[in-house]
Amino acid sequence: MGGFRTMDGVLVIRRDLVEAMVAHARRDHPDEACGVIAGPDGPDRPERFVPMVNAARSPTFYEFESGDLLRLYREMARNDEVPVVIYHSHTATEAYPSRTDIRLASEPDAHYVLVSTRDPAQHELRSYRIVEGRVTEEPVEVVESYMFAHTGADDVPDCR
Amino acid sequence: MAVFVSIPTILRTHTGGAKTVESTGKTLGEIIDDLDEHHAGIKARLVTNGSLHRFVNVYVNDEDVRFAGGLDAAVNDGDTVTILPAVAGG
Repeated sequence: MGGFRTMDGVLVIRRDLVEAMVAHARRDHPDEACGVIAGPDGPDRPERFVPMVNAARSPTFYEFESGDLLRLYREMARNDEVPVVIYHSHTATEAYPSRTDIRLASEPDAHYVLVSTRDPAQHELRSYRIVEGRVTEEPVEVVESYMFAHTGADDVPDCR
Repeated sequence: MAVFVSIPTILRTHTGGAKTVESTGKTLGEIIDDLDEHHAGIKARLVTNGSLHRFVNVYVNDEDVRFAGGLDAAVNDGDTVTILPAVAGG
């Protein structure tokens, strides 16, 4: 859409950040857990894990608390960061955006990550772009480090 | 003097990409009317039937206007108005 960044169609993310999201989702189960992984504005690289309180404390809804939301966005602005990943959990359904998720999605440049904890033995984690009501699933590439992951021209450390 | 309004990514299509714009008014409602004159369409993204949308958070400086009169919240020269869509879902 005009003005919004074109998408690469993949989420490249460090393993420890994936584990942190899953651990948060497990901890808050059966309520939904939510949070952000912030990263520098530009390279689409999630770096700073920020678990948020679900002000709704609900198994079927999540919302960042209003004061926390303001503090988070101010902090990101100060650090020249953006919310690269916005994650939340589904505790009784699959890791696919609900109608409410789609209606309220308001960060067209973010990767919306859903973690399902309905199966106590095995989680499901999937990633989507949600732009103007349109959902596009994208593959998740889990890496040990961003050093050698080809996440974009600026990040390729060698050959050039 | 003016009031500075911080615009979220999703509304920057109305402001030519600007993250912050200036506005004038003595209440949040007046600020939004003034914004809409210069950035057509922005009011409809914030207000329905005379109230702020449930899932749009607006702050005057550090205060959520929900607790300060909504569209009637007082705004002074030099204040910062921050608009943030709720991060929420089901």
